[in-house]
Amino acid sequence: MTLVASALAVLLLSGFASLALGRKSFAAVVAVGGAVAAAALGIIPATMCLAGAAPVSIAVPWSVPGGAFHIGLDPLSSIFAVVILAVSALSAMYGAGYLQGHSSAASTGPHWFFYNALTASMLVVVTAQNAVLFLVAWECMALSSFFLVTFHNEHADVRKAGWIYLVASHMATAFLIFLFAVLGSRAGSFEFADWTSTPPAAGALFLVALIGFGAKAGIVPLHVWLPQAHPAAPSHVSAVMSGVMIKTGIYGLLRVTGFLGAPEAWWGYVLVAVGISSGILGVLFALAQHDIKRLLAYHSVENIGIIILGMGLGLVGISKGNSVLAVLGFSGAILHVVNHAIFKSLLFMGAGSVVRATGIRDIDSLGGLLKSLPWTAAMFFIGAAAISALPPLNGFVSEFLIFIGALSGFSLAHASVSLASCAAVASLALIGGLAAACFAKAFGMTFLGEPRSPLAHDPREAGPAMLAPMAVLSLACAAIGLLPAQAMALVSRAAAHLALASPVDAADALKWASFPLSAVSAVAFALFALVALLAAVRLVILSKRPVDHGLTWDCGYAKPTARMQYTSSSFAQPLTSLFRPLLQTHTKGGEPTGVFPGHTTFSTDTPDVFENSMFKPVFLAVAKVAALVRSFQHGRIHVYILYIVLALLVLLFWKLG
Amino acid sequence: MTMLASIALVLLVLSNIRLLGGSRLGTLIQTVAIQGVILAFLPLFAHPGGGLNYELLAMAAATGLIKGLVLPRMLTRAVRDVQVRREVEPIVGYSTSLLVGLAALAVSAYLGWKLSPAEPAVSPLLVPVAIFTVLVGLFLIMTRRKALTQVVGYLVFENGIYTFGVSLAYRQPLLVELSVLLDVFVGVFVMGIIVFHIQREFDHIDADKLSLLRDGESQEEHQ
Repeated sequence: MTLVASALAVLLLSGFASLALGRKSFAAVVAVGGAVAAAALGIIPATMCLAGAAPVSIAVPWSVPGGAFHIGLDPLSSIFAVVILAVSALSAMYGAGYLQGHSSAASTGPHWFFYNALTASMLVVVTAQNAVLFLVAWECMALSSFFLVTFHNEHADVRKAGWIYLVASHMATAFLIFLFAVLGSRAGSFEFADWTSTPPAAGALFLVALIGFGAKAGIVPLHVWLPQAHPAAPSHVSAVMSGVMIKTGIYGLLRVTGFLGAPEAWWGYVLVAVGISSGILGVLFALAQHDIKRLLAYHSVENIGIIILGMGLGLVGISKGNSVLAVLGFSGAILHVVNHAIFKSLLFMGAGSVVRATGIRDIDSLGGLLKSLPWTAAMFFIGAAAISALPPLNGFVSEFLIFIGALSGFSLAHASVSLASCAAVASLALIGGLAAACFAKAFGMTFLGEPRSPLAHDPREAGPAMLAPMAVLSLACAAIGLLPAQAMALVSRAAAHLALASPVDAADALKWASFPLSAVSAVAFALFALVALLAAVRLVILSKRPVDHGLTWDCGYAKPTARMQYTSSSFAQPLTSLFRPLLQTHTKGGEPTGVFPGHTTFSTDTPDVFENSMFKPVFLAVAKVAALVRSFQHGRIHVYILYIVLALLVLLFWKLG
Repeated sequence: MTMLASIALVLLVLSNIRLLGGSRLGTLIQTVAIQGVILAFLPLFAHPGGGLNYELLAMAAATGLIKGLVLPRMLTRAVRDVQVRREVEPIVGYSTSLLVGLAALAVSAYLGWKLSPAEPAVSPLLVPVAIFTVLVGLFLIMTRRKALTQVVGYLVFENGIYTFGVSLAYRQPLLVELSVLLDVFVGVFVMGIIVFHIQREFDHIDADKLSLLRDGESQEEHQ
């Protein structure tokens, strides 16, 4: 545990050091060095805990009422800690390359300070054993990530995105403070270890936790900050926020569900419903986007949906006493947390490389980057295949576990369980298919074909500082996909703990699932090997013959231009028009008319339905009510002090009288 | 001991009333200086056994020096620099101020009686007088227009907090440390007045800029 504490110390010290260095380029080196050293320090005890070492903790008294600096590692904390530290360190390395010679005049020292503060606070969040410490770390996390999002604060849209994020996370925290205050005052202590008895109205508290943590995780309809904040932030920050920071919401939900006593079946059904709607709506909105980072942000919503779906099945399994369903649901959810952290940070890094090379985020203006950014393209492809749950990569493993778990739910003689399982299987299949379509679009439009718009300069491949972390993540995608049994062994302890099953039962359930999984992975690997072999044969044959590069057949058009290629909107049109009632895409312009058609334009735009028709009216109404009390705010300090004095006197009389 | 402390506290009440009725800035500053000297004696009665220790002596000396000497001198200098002699147009007149002060005394007596611990430290008068001093300070800030008078009000307010702190000085030195920090704040105020030659209350230095602090329409207009 000393190692975790020293990892925290290293993070904070290097953060302050880079703050002091400010504008000097050395600031990034110090911060990245700190992040990597902290990852090395912190991953050791966490892996030991995952491998079966006893849970450890360290407690230091704290003068804050009810608080104590009490952090500890159990299997659930450990798995999140490993992911947080690894992804933060890799993204820091990437970020050092990404920010090199960035155009903004701002000093990067504060940026790196907040980066390391974010990593440290996330580490405290997942290891905290005290509710007050948890909330303090949670707020530090929200604030430091706010400052990271607003790095390019000279742009108005970045400032707006930052405010939306700040408001969303503070409203979520309000729910969490309420939740922890109720739990803490009932137990008479803010130590997690003392929260053992079932509180009254556990179901209501569960819903409060779902809203509070769900807003951070990005479940529909509380996801509105994600598609705003991720495009605004620098790419390595998006990678950390989307890859690991939103997972702290999942961690919190998993942790708090354990304090609420035996779960009831309807909690599971609520999670399944929330998971399905987040998954499907997330991927549909992603399909309709043109901005590559906004697209990836909506995919985070989708993947959080899949994770929540797995958790829901796990809770149903616990409440119905089916340990197979419980273990498979939870292990699928946790493994998907790990997998999503890997491939989503990889994808954000890939998108960042594209943005850095071209200065463009709009997929419809990109194209043909495979030739100039071959490594980025290859690794983006691996990430895209992984997020589409294609074997033999890691996304397939975790989604398959949830699939198998849902299928095992059919064997229970409960109509409601079968219904939930059925819905889970069907929607997972739909989500997977739509995700594959979306990434065919994202990869194809960005990297294949010809450039759709002239670029200011020739795009250049990213440097080794950016490519190396991406390579590590790509290898991790493949490794988990090819060695599913080992990956499942890593999460089995945490899953067994969550599923209230013995480790032996958990291992049995996972073994049952791992046989078909290994078979599918092996077949897929064989297929890949075959393709590689054929490609090699082709190369050998062609090496003896002359190879000519020519135009693709252009359908008889005399003068094809790059603008005649499919665009992302036209590629996605069959699917988006199918779901038009949900997406409410705005189209502008139309078909050319007349015998000699003149100039015409066409554009589509898919704003967030929930932001526009759910949150905007509410906030406008709040603003209207707030305007009524504005006459109290007139700028005369005398009267302000009068307010304070009156409030104090009223409170004193009320309390004492 | 309790007798002596009570005499000091009664003097504090009288000085507060003088502050409420005074219009000349010189008088106000002189009264605040007297208050500072009175406050300097209070820590000497704070030891529950009636004894003394070095911490309490140091606190008394520091209080006397800062509140009785340094701050009043700074204020006097500010008066000379800014060329303000009298508080001419208070928002609430002097006789009304005295009446409000009387009401505040009653309120503080009631609250102090409710708040007082079973075994009062220093003197049973301590808590009511502390509340009264806080209220008088706030009232001065609220009803006077000159920036300097407002600073005096702030200083009185802070003296009230200090008086509270004395009862805890023996067990909880943190509160007293905090009140010394507030003294630094007063110093900054006075420096500001000297440097920027502020004659009236603070919200009129530059009304255009300050109205921006209000959010809402005005801000949107400016964007």
